[in-house]
Amino acid sequence: MAVSFNQTTDGKWTLDVRGYACPHPQMYTKKALQKLGSGDELKLVFDNPSSGESIIAMCEADGNDIVDRVEGDGSFTWTIRKT
Amino acid sequence: MTTATSSIPAPGSHGGVYKALAVLAAGILLSILALAVDVRLGYILVYMWFGIGYGLLLQYGRFCMAAAVRDLFAVRVPRMAVGMMIAVGLYALVSAVVTLAGFSGFHPNAMGWHVLIGAAIFGFGMVFTGGCASGSLYKAGEGNVGSMLVIVAISFSQAIVVTAGGWFDRLVPASWTASAAAKDMPAELKVTQGWFDQFTAGHVWDLKASTLSAMLGLAGSPVLAVVVNTLFVAVIPVLVSLVVLYAVYFRPGYLRRAKITAPTLGQHLAGVWAMCTASRNTALAGAGLGVLAGAHVWATGAMRSHYGVENFGELLAAMGRRSGLSLQDTVFDPGYWYITTQEAQWGAWVLERLGVPMRDNLFFGLDNGIPNPLLNAPGFMSIGIIAGAAMMALSRREFKLKMPSAEAAIFALVGGTLMGIGARIAMGCNIGAFFATVTNGDPSGWVFLLGMGAGAWVGVKAFTWWVDWQASRKGDELGL
Repeated sequence: MAVSFNQTTDGKWTLDVRGYACPHPQMYTKKALQKLGSGDELKLVFDNPSSGESIIAMCEADGNDIVDRVEGDGSFTWTIRKT
Repeated sequence: MTTATSSIPAPGSHGGVYKALAVLAAGILLSILALAVDVRLGYILVYMWFGIGYGLLLQYGRFCMAAAVRDLFAVRVPRMAVGMMIAVGLYALVSAVVTLAGFSGFHPNAMGWHVLIGAAIFGFGMVFTGGCASGSLYKAGEGNVGSMLVIVAISFSQAIVVTAGGWFDRLVPASWTASAAAKDMPAELKVTQGWFDQFTAGHVWDLKASTLSAMLGLAGSPVLAVVVNTLFVAVIPVLVSLVVLYAVYFRPGYLRRAKITAPTLGQHLAGVWAMCTASRNTALAGAGLGVLAGAHVWATGAMRSHYGVENFGELLAAMGRRSGLSLQDTVFDPGYWYITTQEAQWGAWVLERLGVPMRDNLFFGLDNGIPNPLLNAPGFMSIGIIAGAAMMALSRREFKLKMPSAEAAIFALVGGTLMGIGARIAMGCNIGAFFATVTNGDPSGWVFLLGMGAGAWVGVKAFTWWVDWQASRKGDELGL
C-alpha cells in the first residue's frame, strides 16, 4: 500500500494515505497543501483517527477550510480548500 | 477556518455500538469470574478497569504524547502538547490530595545523564512508530496492526536489554562493576555480569532520587512539601509551557484569524484559552486522564491498605502463586499509570518459556519478577487500555483492522526496539518517567521530556529526510 497523490480535474486533487499511521498523514497533507494553488481543493482519504485532530489544527493555523467531512467504518474522507 | 461536516451514518451503523458493548460485557464477565475464583484478584481488576478508562479517554481525545512533541516539529501543531499539559496540571492537583490523604505510593526516579540519553533514544524511536508507549496501546485498540508490532518490539527489546551480557559487558566502566559488587546482592543475581545490572547497581543506585520538597528539606512539613511539589514541579512549569506554546505556535494564526493587530494582555489571555479549547476532545481527554490517573493512585493505595500489603507480590504469595515472584516476593506493582515494565515482563515470560534464563538479574530477579500474564496486574492495565480504546473506536465507527506496509512494519519494529532500549536506560517511558514523576514532585520528569523532545526533533529531521529521499528516488514531482 502506497501513498497516492493525483490531480483529478483542474484545481481538484486527491491524497490517499490509508494504511499509514502518524505522522505520515499529517506530514503528507502538509506537503500536498503546499503544492496546491489558492482555491484548489484537496480530497484527503485517511484511516488513522488521531491524524485528523492534527490536520484540523493545521488547517486552522494556516487558514485553510475543511469544507466537507465524510466519515465511517474507520475511514475519513475530507475535502480541504486552500485559501 | 470553517468546518462543514457531512458524516453519513451507514445503514445498520449501530453494529459498532453493539460490538463495543460486547467488549464491555466481556470485561464484566472476566471480572465476575476472577472474583469468583479469588476475591483478592480484585487487585488486578482495579488496574484493568483504570486501564479501560485510560483507553476510552486516549482514543476519545486521540491522546498520544508522541504527537505532543513530534507534531510541534513536524507540522507546528501544539494541540497535543497543550492536552498533555492540561493532563499534567490536573494529575498533579489530584495527586496532591491523594498524597495528603496518605495513599500515595510514589517513588522518585534517580536524576542523571541516563534520563536524558534514554529519553532521547525513546523520543527518536517514537517518531518512527507513530505513537508513544500508551499511544501504541490505544492505536492497537483501533485495529492498527503496526502498533501491535510496536508493543511486541518494546516488550522483547526491554527483556533482552536488561538481561544482555557478554560483549555488552565490555562497555561497562570498571567503577560501575566495583560499585555493583560492593552492594552485597544475592549471588544468584550475578550483578557483576550483565551491563544493565552494573548500570543499575553500580551507577543509578548511587545517584540521588528525590522530590523537590525533599531536596529542600521539607519532609517534616507534609502540607508544605505537597504545596511546593505541586506548585513548582507541575503547576508553574505547566503554565509557563502553555504561554510558550501560545507565543511560538498558536499566537500568529490566532491573531490573524481574530484580525487583531495590536493585542492587549486580555486578548493574549483569550488566545491562550482559545488554544486550550481548540481541540475539545483533546482538552477533555487531558482533563479526564489527569483526574483518572490521580484516582488510580488513590484506589491502589486503598487496596493495599485494605489488604495490609505494600506490593501485589505479597497477595500472590498468600494465594500460593509464587512462581512469578522476585527474590523479595515482589512483582512490578507501581500503583499508578505505567506502561513499559509490564511489557518487559511479557517479553521475559515468553523468553523464559523458550528456555532462556531471565531471572539472574536485578530487574526481574530482585525487583519486578516475571508473573504469568494472567496474574500480571499492570499488564491488565495495558490490556485494559487496548480494550477501552477498542470500545470507543467501535462505538464511533473508527475501528478498522489496518495491516502495515513493509515500510511501516520495519519502522514499528525498529522504532519500538529503540523505545524499549531508551525506556530501560531512562528507567521509564513518557508515562512512568515523565507523567507520573512531575505530577508527584519529582523534577527528573522534565529532564526526560527535554531528552524526549531532543530525540523527537532529530527523529522528525530523519523522517523528513527519508520521505524526501523516497520521493526523489521515485522521481515523484510532488514528493509523494
